Amino acid sequence: MLILTCPCCGVTGEETEFHQGGEAHLTRHGPGASDDEFHTYMFAKENPKGVHFERWRHNNGCGKWFHAARDTMTLEVYGTYPAQTLEPPQEIRDAITAKRPGWTWREFA
Amino acid sequence: MSEAVTPLNGARVNGLATIADAGLTGMITLRGDLSSAEVKAAVQKATGLDVPAQRQALSGQGAAALWMSPDELLLICDYDGVAETIATLEEALRGQHFLAVNVSDARTYLHVSGTGAREILAKLCPVDLSPEAFTPGMFRRTRMAQVPAAFWLDEAGTFHLICFRSVADYAFNLLKTAALPGGEVGVYG
Repeated sequence: MLILTCPCCGVTGEETEFHQGGEAHLTRHGPGASDDEFHTYMFAKENPKGVHFERWRHNNGCGKWFHAARDTMTLEVYGTYPAQTLEPPQEIRDAITAKRPGWTWREFA
Repeated sequence: MSEAVTPLNGARVNGLATIADAGLTGMITLRGDLSSAEVKAAVQKATGLDVPAQRQALSGQGAAALWMSPDELLLICDYDGVAETIATLEEALRGQHFLAVNVSDARTYLHVSGTGAREILAKLCPVDLSPEAFTPGMFRRTRMAQVPAAFWLDEAGTFHLICFRSVADYAFNLLKTAALPGGEVGVYG
């Protein structure tokens, strides 16, 4: 069971109050993109054992989307941060580094 | 003109707590920039209340202002006074980016009172409802078994609970079952 804190309304709630919304920080490719770009966007997902970044929605609460950094192996939540960001903020990266030195996820480290 | 009725039509049950249909109540969803002076003035003019802080409920005489999300309030007023309240809001917010809409008949509104009120809600919602953690004036949107719900606690110890009209029966039966005598947990003393 994950315990997440919604950065929009401040509620710290358990997983069933939220809904997972897929991988975070995707670059979308639509009409006009090459087949390779679209294929990568559509199908090439991260499936790490360890540090992972996801989008979540507080669907039984304030209804807002946000980002979460968590560990798929230990189920530890490193932190949550607003949806309006293109990359994980430094304090989230620092929190992960404290637990998992040398971590990488896509282009982030 | 048909006569308006609540989905539970006055249902009431006594158990570990008393669960009662709160009757016809006016509810208005107000969306906009809650930090703006215009919205604060409009809410004050329409309900006599301030804009509540994050996850707070403010209650007044026959009115309440509930914090739903960073850009949304639910305003409670008389069922017959909704059109007038919306007109006041629209007048006060003219030219602003906002939305005020009557949702009175989209929701069901219940009162859960009595000594077992905290306990029966805690059976259904993943929320810490201990007297230290959940105090009067707090507002919480959450999950009640399988449906979304929201509730706040007043100074008298009564929980005011709102959920969608379409799940009114389900919500009432949930609360009724949780309040069946013999189901005491006693976790809150």
